[in-house]
Amino acid sequence: MKIDASLYTHRALNDLLRSRTDETSVENCLGLRFIGSGLSHGTVLIDGVPGNALGAYLDGAKIIVNGNAQDAVGDTMNKGEIIIRGNVGDAAGYAMRGGEIYVEKNAGYRVGIHMKAYKNNRPALIIGGRAGSFLGEYQAGGFIIVLGLNDDGMPIVGNFPCTGMHGGKMFLRSDCRDVFFPEQVTARPAGAEDMAEIKPYLEKFCDAFHYNPSFIENAPFTVVTPDTQNPYKQMYVAN
Amino acid sequence: MGIDFISAEFDVVRDDARCTRCRVCEKQCANGVHAYDEKNRRMTADETKCVNCQRCVAFCPTRAIKIVRNPNTFRDNANWTASVVNEIYKQASKPGVLLSSMGAPKNLPVYFDRILINASQVTNPPIDPLREPMETRVFLGKKPEKIRRRPDGRLDCALEPQLELALPILFSGMSYGSVSYNVHKALATAARETGTLYNTGEGGLHKDFYAYGANTIVQVASGRFGVHKDYLEAGAAIEIKMGQGAKPGIGGHLTGAKVSGDVSATRMIPEGSDAISPAPHHDIYSIEDLRQLVYSLKEATAYKKPVIVKVAAVHNIAAIASGIARSGADIIAIDGYRGGTGAAPTRIRDNVGIPIELALAAVDQRLRDEGIRNNVSLIVSGSIRTAADVVKAVALGADACAIGTAALLAMGCRLCRSCHTGKCNWGIATQDPALVARLNPDIAARRLINLLTAWNREIKELMGGMGINSIEALRGNRLMLRGVGLNEKELEILGIAHAGE
Ligand code: SF4
Ligand code: SF4
Repeated sequence: MKIDASLYTHRALNDLLRSRTDETSVENCLGLRFIGSGLSHGTVLIDGVPGNALGAYLDGAKIIVNGNAQDAVGDTMNKGEIIIRGNVGDAAGYAMRGGEIYVEKNAGYRVGIHMKAYKNNRPALIIGGRAGSFLGEYQAGGFIIVLGLNDDGMPIVGNFPCTGMHGGKMFLRSDCRDVFFPEQVTARPAGAEDMAEIKPYLEKFCDAFHYNPSFIENAPFTVVTPDTQNPYKQMYVAN
Repeated sequence: MGIDFISAEFDVVRDDARCTRCRVCEKQCANGVHAYDEKNRRMTADETKCVNCQRCVAFCPTRAIKIVRNPNTFRDNANWTASVVNEIYKQASKPGVLLSSMGAPKNLPVYFDRILINASQVTNPPIDPLREPMETRVFLGKKPEKIRRRPDGRLDCALEPQLELALPILFSGMSYGSVSYNVHKALATAARETGTLYNTGEGGLHKDFYAYGANTIVQVASGRFGVHKDYLEAGAAIEIKMGQGAKPGIGGHLTGAKVSGDVSATRMIPEGSDAISPAPHHDIYSIEDLRQLVYSLKEATAYKKPVIVKVAAVHNIAAIASGIARSGADIIAIDGYRGGTGAAPTRIRDNVGIPIELALAAVDQRLRDEGIRNNVSLIVSGSIRTAADVVKAVALGADACAIGTAALLAMGCRLCRSCHTGKCNWGIATQDPALVARLNPDIAARRLINLLTAWNREIKELMGGMGINSIEALRGNRLMLRGVGLNEKELEILGIAHAGE
C-alpha cells in the first residue's frame, strides 16, 4: 500500500500504520514526526525526510528510510529494525534497549546515550560515517559501532565519547589515536573475538548499503569497554 | 575513636528491671545495635549504630527500651550547629558527597501552618457532610475552553483523556528499588480500593502489578528504566519525570548493590549494574523538545492516556509551568522543597528549590493570567501532611495532592531518615528479603485505606464548614484562606489576605 504522507497528520498516519500488518510505503514525507511510535509489526518504507522521534518505543516493526532522518530516531526502542539511507540527527537511539539501527552516513550529537541491554535484548546502533560529540554517554549496554566511512576529512567521533559509560561496548573503525576517552573506560585494538561479536551487524550493514564486508573488516577497529558497572561508587558519604 | 569519632545522636536506655532478655530487640534491629552478653546475662547496646527507627521500642514486649537524644553536646553555637560540625568531620575523613534521605529537615517556614481556613457563620450556612452529599471526586486532564456543538447542534461531549479520582489525593512516585515489593503491593491495593492512583516512580512496573494498571501512573524518567510498550500501555497515565522536589537538577542513582533479582528485571537492566538517571533528559533541552516527548508518548499509546509532566518547584516555576502547559501535557505535577526521597545529596535536598505553597500559588496565578489554566490540571506534593494541607492546597489552586512520606508513615515508617542505607527496619526502603517480609502488604494496604478514608472525611468536614459541597468549588478559591504572621510579599504571592482583613 502506498500513502502520500502530505495528506496525513502524524496521528492519522500512526493509526493507519497500526492497523496494517504488511509493507506500507510512505511517500512524500516532509518532516512528519513520530512515525511508527511504539509500532510492533509490519514494515514501513519512507521516501523523503521523516521528522523527529521516528520509531520511538519501536516494538518489533521494521522502518526503512530512503533519505535522511532527524532527531531522536528510535528513542527507547525495544525491538525491531530501523535502516536510514542517509544521515541521522541528534540523540538517535536514546536509551534503546533492543533492536537495531543502521545509518548509512553520519550521525549528530548525543547518539546512543544511555543505551542499555537486558537479557536477550542487546541493542545495536551502527553508523556508517562519523558521529558527533557525546557519543554513547552513560552507555549501559549493547553495541555502538561507528565505521568512519565519511570522506569529509572529519574525525570519526566528536568530543567526549563514552562519558559515564558503565556497560556495553563501543567499536570505532579507527586506531583512535586522536580520540580522547574518559578515565573510567579502556580503549584497545579489537581482537578476533570482539570482531566476531559484531560480525553479524557488519554483514547486515554491508547488505543494506552495498559495501564489501572484507573492505569494512580489513581496517583497525578500536573497542571501548567500561572498567566498572558502578562508576560512582566512591562518591558518597552517608549522612 | 579518636579524631574520627562522632558521638552518637541517640542513646539507648534500657530498664534492666523490665528486660527479660528475650532478645527480640536484637532480632529486630538490622543495624546491629542490640547484642546479648552471655557472660553477664544481660543485653548491651552500641548506640553509635542507632538511627532511632523505633523498631525495638515498638516490639519490646516489656516496654523496657527508650531511645533518647544523646545528652552529650558540643559547646552551644547557633552558627556552628552539631550537625554542621559533624558533617565536616564526616567529609574530612572521607571525601564524598553527603547523602541523606526523606524530606529536608531544616527549620524553614511551613506556609501551610501559617494559613487558616474560613468557615460560614450566620449568612451562607455551613453544610453537614453527614447529612448532605459532598463531592470530593476530581477529574484530572485538559478541560475544554468553551462549549462546543456538533454540526447537528448537539453538544460535543468529546473530552481529552481524564483521570478520575474518588478523592483529591494520590500516591507520589516511589520506585521499586527505592521501596520494597510489599510497599508497591500495598500502594496498588489501596489505590484500587479507594479509587485513586499510585505511581511507579522511575523503576519500572513489576509484572505482578500490571493487573493494577487502571490505578497506576507509569513514570518515564531520563534513564527510561523499564520503559517499553507494554509498560506504557499498562498505566492509566504516563508521567514524564523532569525533576523531584528533594533534588531539583539532580538525576537519580540506584547503586548496583540494590539492583538484584526482581529489581533488575523490573528496570530491565543487568543485576549489579548501577541504575543511573542522568540529571537532564538528554533529548530535552527546551519546551519544544518536551513537547516532542509528550507527543511521542501520546502517539505510542494512541492518545488514550493523559501525560503528566513532573517538575521540582524551583525559582522560575511559574514560567516553567506556563511552558509545560503549552507542551501538550495534560497534567503538571509540582513537587516542593520539602518533598521526600530515598536518597539525595544533603546539600541539594536542604538548599535547592522552593516551598510548594509559594510555587503552587505562583503557577496557578500565572496560568490564569495567561488564560491557559484549563490546559492542564495541577498535582502538588512535598509535603502534604494532613487533610488540612490538602484543603489549603486545593484552595490555592491545586486539582489534587500527592502523598509519599505520609503514605510511608501510614505503613509504619518512623521517619528515621536512613532510607539510603537500605536497612529499613520497617521493611519499606529495603530489598533485603528478611526485612521486606516485615511489611505485611495487606495490613499496610488497610492502613493506607484508613488514612485516605479519614482524610476524605476531614476534607468534607472542612468543606462543609465553608458551605462548599463540591471540591470543584474550592479549587483556587483563595478567599477561603487567610494568612497569619506572614509579610506582605508572602501574602501577595500566596494571593491571600491576612487574618483580620
Ligand atoms: S526486646 Fe525488650 S525485653 Fe527483650 S531483650 Fe530487648 S530490651 Fe529486653
Ligand atoms: S522508610 Fe524506613 S529507613 Fe526510611 S525513614 Fe522510614 S523507617 Fe526510616
